[in-house]
Amino acid sequence: MKSGLFRRLPRPGFWQVVFVILGLVFLWVTAVRFTQGLGAATNLSDRFPWGLWIGFDVLCGVGLAAGAFTLTATVHIFNLERFEPIVRPTLLTGFLGYILVIVGLMFDLGQPWRIWHALIFWNTHSVMFEVAWCVMLYTTVLAIEFAPVVFERLRLEGPRRIILAVRTPLVIAGVLLSTLHQSSLGSLYLIVPNKLHALWYTPILPFLFFVSAVGGGIGMVIVESYFSRRAFGRHLEMDLLEPLARTMVVVLGVYGLLRLQSIAAAGGLALLIPPTYEGWMFLLEFGLGVLLPVAILLPARMRADERGLVVAAFLAVFGFVMNRMNVSVTGMEAAAGVRYLPSWMEVVVSLAIVALGMATFALAVKYLPIFDREPRPLPIAAPPAPDSAGPAGAARAAGAAGP
Amino acid sequence: MTFGLLFDSTRCVGCGACTAACKEQNHLPLPIESETTAYTWTVVEKRNGAFVRRLCMHCLDPTCVSVCPVGALKKTAEGPVVYDAKRCIGCRYCIMACPFGVPKYQWDRALPVVGKCILCADRVVEGKATACATACPTGATLFGDRESLVREARRRLETEPQRYVDHVYGLDEAGGTSVLLLAGLPFDQLGLRTDLPRHPMPLLTWQVLSRIPNFVVLAGAFLFGVYWITKRREAVAEDERRLS
Repeated sequence: MKSGLFRRLPRPGFWQVVFVILGLVFLWVTAVRFTQGLGAATNLSDRFPWGLWIGFDVLCGVGLAAGAFTLTATVHIFNLERFEPIVRPTLLTGFLGYILVIVGLMFDLGQPWRIWHALIFWNTHSVMFEVAWCVMLYTTVLAIEFAPVVFERLRLEGPRRIILAVRTPLVIAGVLLSTLHQSSLGSLYLIVPNKLHALWYTPILPFLFFVSAVGGGIGMVIVESYFSRRAFGRHLEMDLLEPLARTMVVVLGVYGLLRLQSIAAAGGLALLIPPTYEGWMFLLEFGLGVLLPVAILLPARMRADERGLVVAAFLAVFGFVMNRMNVSVTGMEAAAGVRYLPSWMEVVVSLAIVALGMATFALAVKYLPIFDREPRPLPIAAPPAPDSAGPAGAARAAGAAGP
Repeated sequence: MTFGLLFDSTRCVGCGACTAACKEQNHLPLPIESETTAYTWTVVEKRNGAFVRRLCMHCLDPTCVSVCPVGALKKTAEGPVVYDAKRCIGCRYCIMACPFGVPKYQWDRALPVVGKCILCADRVVEGKATACATACPTGATLFGDRESLVREARRRLETEPQRYVDHVYGLDEAGGTSVLLLAGLPFDQLGLRTDLPRHPMPLLTWQVLSRIPNFVVLAGAFLFGVYWITKRREAVAEDERRLS
């Protein structure tokens, strides 16, 4: 059933209709949001000023883009060049992720046309100021990092070479900016120790946000590879996905231990017994999104099986999203004294932004050399052969692009 | 000199003159709402039989001032925490972060701004008391410089200990506030947070932010180092392959 659903993706039909309807409703909601104000479009209030658009669009959008800096660092700084074929899809994801974060912010900010104010009005004591600068600078870096792919397609050798010449400092800047940005999203919540529930508040929140973004980012790379194969027959080979999955297990494991440690310091089991609304949400996040993917991927047999790999990666992404939603919504509800559920208009905007991202990703995969150097058709249903010459050849070709 | 208010709950009769005076002084639209909003900056609430005012506490080291990315909120030398609507981008971090739940937003406007008590900053600069203190018929809201207000609060606690809970709220809550409260009931029964740290909240984020420049230099050097070593190793391996 699953495969039937996704094989229909590229053909005109059900999904195109859904896409068009979503687009029309999205336009209507946009009009309501900008003429009637945030109160008419959202369920936000003075008691609950940050909702789905911050929790999902911004916190998750930035986090799931973390694959980009992880992989560029792996390939261009640690020089593990066999992972080169993964860099492009992750850069694309990162770049699209950031563009979509900016689109989301345009809806969430009360006066979005003043977004540039952070350029001239400085407050270095504000985490939000750091966040704003990271968004601006890292979006720029991602655009430059991704540009050679476009230049390659347009056969513009000159500009491509210029960028490749400054790639090392560019990659290092990207890694630094990402590290700062991922952690600063956690730092945002450091200032509300009396509002954020003890299951999520910890002084190491910035570090936890960084580590979980690396885990979720890697999960996202695997999930995307799976979807791309379903839709276009373009994907990554198992001999690259398997070590990625192993790295993800290590990152999730370290992250899980850090989480348990900080919860133990905050009150331990007393926070979970008796079970509360927050307790259940935490168990859902931690059990399904951290423990289960680690358990699935520990046996080598499961890592070699594409289905096990994809399920585990999907769970890791789910756990990541749950974490960000729990920090931004679940954990803040008790102190606010109100329950927050997004309005249908908030949901439509978030859905439309995701759909826009997926559509752009699909177009890019179709027209740009994303998944391999020479666009070559791959058999859709055939199981990937781990020992085929494909990825190795691609890696070598990619390596040739280096200095 | 830094100014502030001393609100004595035991002297408040809940007449609402402060709210009305505030509306007029700050040109805020009617009606008077039952809780503070972007259009009603102060209200008197009745809790467990006692009256308590809700207004901005005007922290000595305000959370809102530290979190605002564009510096739209400022603590003036005279004490008021003021807001520059023209700078505000509407991120609402101040609303989310304020430990006292003070800043409110114009959710019903297409061009919304934040609304909160600004301690009648214009009047205070001219040496005048705030509109609410001027309007108060019982002296429950007292305007003055913070030091003498603290002395007055302590004097009241000493002379009439049976009348008050032995605590000046705002003396060191979140590092201290320019607005101080006295009450005959425990402050949590009046809807005030009693679990706030005694240090200024901005310390929590500054501990991290202040380390960024150092982090960037160290991590940058580390990453360049790793690149240099792994590249060199590769070059050596390449040479060895060629020789053998």
